[in-house]
Amino acid sequence: MDKVAAIIRDMFEDYDGPVNDALTAEQVPDWDSLAQVKLMVAVESEFGIRFESREINEPANVGELVQMIEKKLAKK
Amino acid sequence: VPSFRDLPWLPSAPADFRERARTLGKAASGWGAAIQHLATHKLDARAAATLGKAIVRCRTAGHSLAPLSAFKLGILSSATFDLVAEQLPAAAARHGVDLTTVTGEYDQVMQESANPASDINTANLDACLIAVDHRWLRLDRPALDGSDPVGAALTQLKAAGDAVTQNARCPVIFQTVPVPPLALFGNYERRVAGSLRTQIEDANRRIVDLAIETGGYVLDAAALAERVGTDAWFDPVQWLAYKLPFAADIIPAYADTLGRLLGAIRGKARKCLVLDLDNTVWGGVIGDDGMDGIKIGQGSAVGEAFLAIQQLALDLRARGVVLAASSKNNDETARAPFRDHPDMLLRESDFAVFQANWIDKASNLEAIAKTLNIGLDALVLLDDNPAERAQLRAALPQVAVPELPDDPALFPWTLASAGYFESVAFSQEDQARAGSYASDARRADVMAQSRDLGDYLSSLDMKIGFAPFDTIGRQRIAQLINKSNQFNLTTRRYTEAEVAALETDTSVFTLQVRLSDKFGDLGMIGVIICRPATHNGAKAWDIDTWLMSCRVLGRKVEDAMLARIAEAARAAGIATLIGRYLPTAKNNMVADHYAKLGFTLLEEKDGARTFALLLASYETPELPLTVL
Repeated sequence: MDKVAAIIRDMFEDYDGPVNDALTAEQVPDWDSLAQVKLMVAVESEFGIRFESREINEPANVGELVQMIEKKLAKK
Repeated sequence: VPSFRDLPWLPSAPADFRERARTLGKAASGWGAAIQHLATHKLDARAAATLGKAIVRCRTAGHSLAPLSAFKLGILSSATFDLVAEQLPAAAARHGVDLTTVTGEYDQVMQESANPASDINTANLDACLIAVDHRWLRLDRPALDGSDPVGAALTQLKAAGDAVTQNARCPVIFQTVPVPPLALFGNYERRVAGSLRTQIEDANRRIVDLAIETGGYVLDAAALAERVGTDAWFDPVQWLAYKLPFAADIIPAYADTLGRLLGAIRGKARKCLVLDLDNTVWGGVIGDDGMDGIKIGQGSAVGEAFLAIQQLALDLRARGVVLAASSKNNDETARAPFRDHPDMLLRESDFAVFQANWIDKASNLEAIAKTLNIGLDALVLLDDNPAERAQLRAALPQVAVPELPDDPALFPWTLASAGYFESVAFSQEDQARAGSYASDARRADVMAQSRDLGDYLSSLDMKIGFAPFDTIGRQRIAQLINKSNQFNLTTRRYTEAEVAALETDTSVFTLQVRLSDKFGDLGMIGVIICRPATHNGAKAWDIDTWLMSCRVLGRKVEDAMLARIAEAARAAGIATLIGRYLPTAKNNMVADHYAKLGFTLLEEKDGARTFALLLASYETPELPLTVL
């Protein structure tokens, strides 16, 4: 979670609200579909994982994204 | 095996990179140089984006980014190019360019180029990159029916290029097209007129022609994809899910490749290759190993590796790159292989400037730049010694200093891959340039500069270890005693048996000195033998042998060794240390060794000097080394 939060803080420098499991894209002004792509690619690179095409459905919030990562890491 | 994708010639970013990038704008001046310096490191996507944002902040604050050259690049792409664009300013700064990008809408190449009111066409661009792939060109399917998709593709690309030229009034950067690994015919692929490979390779030839006809440039994406491998380049998942033009982890390599091109367009390509000599253009140390001891020439892998780096230097020279040498050596010693070694490819006359002396490299590189009347930012230094590289970077960040792997077999790969000598033209003048600088291997006047290296020495994290002679060190001690010529005060040779005898001789004081730093373990780098003597009626130690490896020059190692000797001498009730310099053909560099350490000259006879240091007046200095 800390690593994901750091990536999100890095990407959205203007957002200074809380970064927790409940955070959704709507709450962050610059979090559009392009930012979503950047976030997914940054996560892949940071954790050394690759999502398969059927796994890439937009997570509803940060908590779901963390779950996706954990599931992926568990398979490694 | 190193990979181009990892840009292994770039040094790793410092630990405080993000902090330094974020606080860039707060400096009082020198923003451009600071940006370029930070950009010279190996940057992952996040670090490149962080630096990119810092560049924007500096620009917005109205700071001058000189010496970076401003460049506004339009980008028309058939894919999601934003992730690439985000990493471009940092990569461009590495090559001397202050880059602003204007990215057209996703997959709107024709619309953006044809509309005079589009962002691209109203941005007052310096150039526009048309980054389209085989899909946009409709070269993504085999054409086995005799149709001519390549002709249609070129017509479409030319239409986009012409529209940009007309509306944006700037040159176009065309991109060659990588061939996707989807062969239908296997080995027969190249023989089928309409196969993917045949079509795309044909298209690439015609794209280059198009660039020539229209005064444009070529970004050779096909060559880049070939280097990193098309299996890695074409990432089907990242294409389908994100519409990335190529795999995300190739972006730093792509950004650097484009950065070089922009730098070359702005005249920022480097002009002069400065070669270190020992262990860079031949194996071994000429001052210690001698002409018949250095490794160069056919018959051994190492000798041939050094031939290959010499050949590359000669090829670069033929292309217009000026060669210079900078080596910690005596001048005559360093020139000898170029004059007399039959296996050397490089000769003295290939060099415009030849600096072999014991003055620091930074001062010598300044002298080289001054003599050639070019900027420090036109120099590249190839040097096998990581500490020399780090010191040069700390002193003169404008000079490009590639990281080198330990294995000389990889030196040519590294130098060729780093792209310092990118070009956008090749003319007869280029070919003549190296010769237009007098190739007389002249010695440039150089004055040692005292320069602020900041915390460079302490950043090396040096750890020094002292031990008396012992059986474990015996062989290496004997080897050093019999091989060291340059940093050797007395050049007294002892056999291994004599060294063994010293281990148990309680009347002598011996030291074997080891050093390690953050780059690795340098092993045994110094040997001391002190014998009992008297001076003015008091007990003294006569330093019979003091030798060191030249690799650790300028790192306060000799100061640390003296501190250790003084400590032991005091404990033994010694009042004075006697130091001697016995001149040979090779050890002139240490003529002032004892004087520099604070010894007083007692007498000089036929060049031989005797010095003394009263321990009562010796104070142990603060040193940037940790004693183990």
